[in-house]
Amino acid sequence: MTTTETFVDRPDGAPTFQHLSAGRRARDTLATVLVTAAFLVALVPLVWLLYTVISRGYEAVLSSRWFTHSLSGVMPDQFAGGIYHALYGSIVQGVLCAVIAVPLGVFTAIYLAEYGQGWLARTVTFMVDILSGVPSIVAALFVFALWISVFGLPKSAFAVSLALVLLMLPIVIRSTEEMLRLVPDQLREASYALGVPKWKTIVKIVLPTAFSGMVTGMMLAMARVLGETAPVLVLVGYSRSINYNVVEGNMASLPLTVMNELLNPEPAGVARMWGAALTLVLLVMLFNLMAAVISRLSAVKTE
Amino acid sequence: MAKRIDVNDVNIYYGKFHAVSDVTLSVPPKHVTAFIGPSGCGKSTVLRTLNRMHEVIPGARVEGKVLLDGENIYAPSVDPVQVRRTIGMVFQSPNPFPTMSIKDNVLAGLKLGGEKNRQRLDEIAEHALRGANLWNEVKDRLNKPGGGLSGGQQQRLCIARAIAVQPDVLLMDEPCSALDPISTLAIEDLISDLKQDYTIVIVTHNMQQAARVSDQTGFFNVPGVGESGRLVEINDTEKIFSNPDEQATEDYISGRFG
Repeated sequence: MTTTETFVDRPDGAPTFQHLSAGRRARDTLATVLVTAAFLVALVPLVWLLYTVISRGYEAVLSSRWFTHSLSGVMPDQFAGGIYHALYGSIVQGVLCAVIAVPLGVFTAIYLAEYGQGWLARTVTFMVDILSGVPSIVAALFVFALWISVFGLPKSAFAVSLALVLLMLPIVIRSTEEMLRLVPDQLREASYALGVPKWKTIVKIVLPTAFSGMVTGMMLAMARVLGETAPVLVLVGYSRSINYNVVEGNMASLPLTVMNELLNPEPAGVARMWGAALTLVLLVMLFNLMAAVISRLSAVKTE
Repeated sequence: MAKRIDVNDVNIYYGKFHAVSDVTLSVPPKHVTAFIGPSGCGKSTVLRTLNRMHEVIPGARVEGKVLLDGENIYAPSVDPVQVRRTIGMVFQSPNPFPTMSIKDNVLAGLKLGGEKNRQRLDEIAEHALRGANLWNEVKDRLNKPGGGLSGGQQQRLCIARAIAVQPDVLLMDEPCSALDPISTLAIEDLISDLKQDYTIVIVTHNMQQAARVSDQTGFFNVPGVGESGRLVEINDTEKIFSNPDEQATEDYISGRFG
């Protein structure tokens, strides 16, 4: 006798949802372990570096005159003086460089993102790519050849700033261009539709919208050039005392102080070297922090 | 206020692609004209040629004449910036300026145009927001960012922004397609109000919407992919939806394609 199976009684074949197979679970665990391990391995040099710099440099940095005095008149074996002259030099060279590179870079980026079409824009983009690959020593030699050999001007902090401009410019152009391209075209069209000319749309709508990202890019570029060593080695002499003149005379900077104290075998020199290195790390961190704060404050809000 | 538009034999191109061919139509003042048709038929493209927004896209160009009260907006001596000040536009998705407050959004066109008189600006802001049926919802937070409003409110903010510069014509490119039914209803009511003062052209995917809000309707169609779209028929909305002249229009209206 055959039973008549109804539709409901019949099994539906294999169930649609199956238990996670052991193989998949194992692969998932393996991938998790690999990714976490890679992260930890990448963390090792960073932590190690910070530990080394801090543990060897903190004594010098915490000494009472570190941020207020120069090394003027301090004997190589003497635990005395401070880093003021070099900190001043680094900041002045960095700021001078930014004063030149930021407007130049922002205008170039505006051209590329808002106006540039055809061969000129392609050429500029190509040149910027090349410039971003130029090693800092080559940039320094170029400025040496131009500023000192051809124009016959003295070695100075300003020459260093010029070399830093060459290094900062491509970073500023690239990051600003990216930020401008992130601004939706809808906003530009909305502005045009109100009868606002293109230049005013860029100044009043596009730039404010991209501002927070642009500032982050500039601060990071600044942090990057502050640690450059080749330009200061080639283009300016080291001075143990303060020099406020940017167009003439030797001027210290943090990387240059590190280099100089490296040649000093006394324990005091070693302490100063690590102290200067730690100060440089702190300065770069300060710039990154400022970038974060400014971009947080100027970020587009919805509430 | 409220001018008429006459489009004479207009052909529209994107680079080498002939997007729309031979459009001739008239938009009477203080009326709502709707453009309907399947995707890719060129109705938004035609709308964007009415205030010279089409040419913002690289390689795009327009041949033919578009007359605003008899004056050709494509005449070589005409400044497109002035054209756009006279013929405002509302876009598909709400796009308030994210860096500006609600009030600054409404006044963006005037402030960027150089208007400085505070009192006048305040009056215009209130007038425009009332005109866009948004005043009661935002009057207590005029200085908050425009991005914090709901989608429907943002779109009404964009309409307020467009009418604050007191244009003669208002173009709307699928203004409700990103909105829920209640916000859509609010905008449709607003369109009927705005008709008292403005000439309105609206592109819509929604045929019921065209039937509800418009006085005349133009049906656009495209024979196939890669071919140029054309205006099939433009007539009173009632006629289009009851007894159109063209078979293609009837097929589209009755849902046989598109």
